[in-house]
Amino acid sequence: MLEIRIHGRGGQGAVSTGQIMAIAAFHDKKESQSFPIFGVERSGAPVQAFVRISDKKINLRSQVYHPKIVLVLEPSLIEVVDVTQGLLKDGLVIINSDKPAKDFKLNCKVETIDATSIAMKVFGRPIVNTLMIGAFAKITNLLSKESLKKAMDEKFLYSKGKKISDLNKKAIEEIMGQK
Amino acid sequence: MRKIIEASTAAAIGVKLSRPQVIPMYPITPQTHIVERLAEFINDGELDADMIHVESEHSAISAAIGSQATGVRTFTATASQGLALMHEILHIVSGMRLPVVMEVANRALSAPISIWNDHQDSISARDTGWIQLYVESAQEALDTVIQAFKIAEDKNVLLPAMVCLDGFTLTHVFEPVDVPSQVNVDKFLPKYKPAFCLDTKKPITMGPIAYPNSFMEFKGAEHLAMKNALKVIKETNTQFKNQFGRGYGDGLIETYRLKDAKYAVVCMGTIVGTSRVVVDKLRKQGKKVGLIKLKSFRPFPIEEILKVTKGLKAIAVADRNISLGQEGALFSEIRSALYGKSKTIVSGFIAGLGGRDVKEETIEKMFDKINNGGTIWLK
Amino acid sequence: MTKLKISCGGIIEDVGSTKANKTGGWRTFKPVRDVKKCIKCMKCWMFCPDHSIDKNIEVNLDYCKGCGICAERCPVKAIDMVKEEK
Repeated sequence: MLEIRIHGRGGQGAVSTGQIMAIAAFHDKKESQSFPIFGVERSGAPVQAFVRISDKKINLRSQVYHPKIVLVLEPSLIEVVDVTQGLLKDGLVIINSDKPAKDFKLNCKVETIDATSIAMKVFGRPIVNTLMIGAFAKITNLLSKESLKKAMDEKFLYSKGKKISDLNKKAIEEIMGQK
Repeated sequence: MRKIIEASTAAAIGVKLSRPQVIPMYPITPQTHIVERLAEFINDGELDADMIHVESEHSAISAAIGSQATGVRTFTATASQGLALMHEILHIVSGMRLPVVMEVANRALSAPISIWNDHQDSISARDTGWIQLYVESAQEALDTVIQAFKIAEDKNVLLPAMVCLDGFTLTHVFEPVDVPSQVNVDKFLPKYKPAFCLDTKKPITMGPIAYPNSFMEFKGAEHLAMKNALKVIKETNTQFKNQFGRGYGDGLIETYRLKDAKYAVVCMGTIVGTSRVVVDKLRKQGKKVGLIKLKSFRPFPIEEILKVTKGLKAIAVADRNISLGQEGALFSEIRSALYGKSKTIVSGFIAGLGGRDVKEETIEKMFDKINNGGTIWLK
Repeated sequence: MTKLKISCGGIIEDVGSTKANKTGGWRTFKPVRDVKKCIKCMKCWMFCPDHSIDKNIEVNLDYCKGCGICAERCPVKAIDMVKEEK
């Protein structure tokens, strides 16, 4: 079973990130589960969400304590939260940053992606979560592009409309390329 | 059809498929997503029901009495302080034998303020005459609400029912769910035919006074109806299994890897899922452990508990509630069920209050201290 | 003693059973109206807690308990509470 932890700030879409990843994994014929740790929500406060992906039915309902992969939607969080806490030995941290990975001294494998810049290009706003999911999929090969696009429709078509859904699909294309 | 959705959505879909006609509701965290989805279903024309926006939970459950009394299938949902505010009316719903169904997104009771999960809210409503069914997954939440209507409306029961799902720990989880078709649910749960209702053409009086010479008889009849529910819950689970291909133990309790077990944990709600994982882990280490999931807390399945605990050396009872000054409610109930009839050691564990995460280690500790015989707080 | 019927939820199907309970027997004083003084303001009709005064301002003595609220409420003192000979 693969366990993932997502760090973001309130309002950045960490919760949606987890949900979209779980939806996409489901369409890849996997069992999946996603849930946030809810605080008393305030915009800007550190937020965490979790994803579990497995070939078998998932019964475990505790929080994720030993993630294999950690997504950090906002680099400034590294100053306030130990994003590597409980990370498995061969774990990976993917950070939204315009700096190279080697700049982050985290004692583990790090990948960076400048999601904010790409988001400004696609959305005209710094909405980074879809791009971080795309980066995750591209780096790990754990979610297919088709399933991610399907997940975007499922997540946004009803609640936010076709325009937003299409933009998110475009963002996935942008980051994952014509693979 | 298999989908991946939030458990609150699954719970709301279960309600939609049961076709209630009136939904009086007042929002409260973490129940809100359930009624939000129902409002959307009504708005989108998927559910033909009236949603009554009331000014408090006390009014929500009072309005539910009014609508159910007119012979209409009625649903509401709440959590925590909302359920506490409903308390006096809860007794009236059951006493008037109105089969209202309610989902409770279990949450701690203040103070201090907590929006997070434990079972204190519904356990505190234990003696209100409502059936209480606890679920562990989004699928079970969906399936159980459909069953709850059937159980509550059975002519030998006619009691209201709560479907209790852990706030956040379940309500806010996205996971795969098999959504049954409306046609199949309609076959399982036909149109509601009230045993009695308010009708201007055939007037009746509801909710009159009972003098000391009859009150006990009314309570005795209610108690008997609750006992009847034991059988009806089992039958309903079997029917559901036959029609939809999945069931939950015998409807009252479910056992997991208990056959040759010497030790078992007893629990309700989402702790069950995590306990399954721990049982698997300990079994791999050669330990003879199993799991008893209690689904029906009211009515309490004494006979079934006696049967499945037979031969066990010790059981660990996990309580996500605390009767201050005494012990966990489930622990008390299990011990009382076994009293004088069993040599099994019963140990109680208080865990997961106010959203404290119940980890695999928490359950492992229960197995470690299973011979204790008292109550231990696992912080 | 007649055997009590323990119905489901305490419902009563033979409605209107209170009609059989003629509370007029509880009365000591009965209201007597002076029709000359009466201005037909209907306050007695409105305030009677037992609906024992009809729209013609006639008192139904089968149910009037003799509480005197009608006399108390009458603005022109047209109702006297008179001790009943029994």
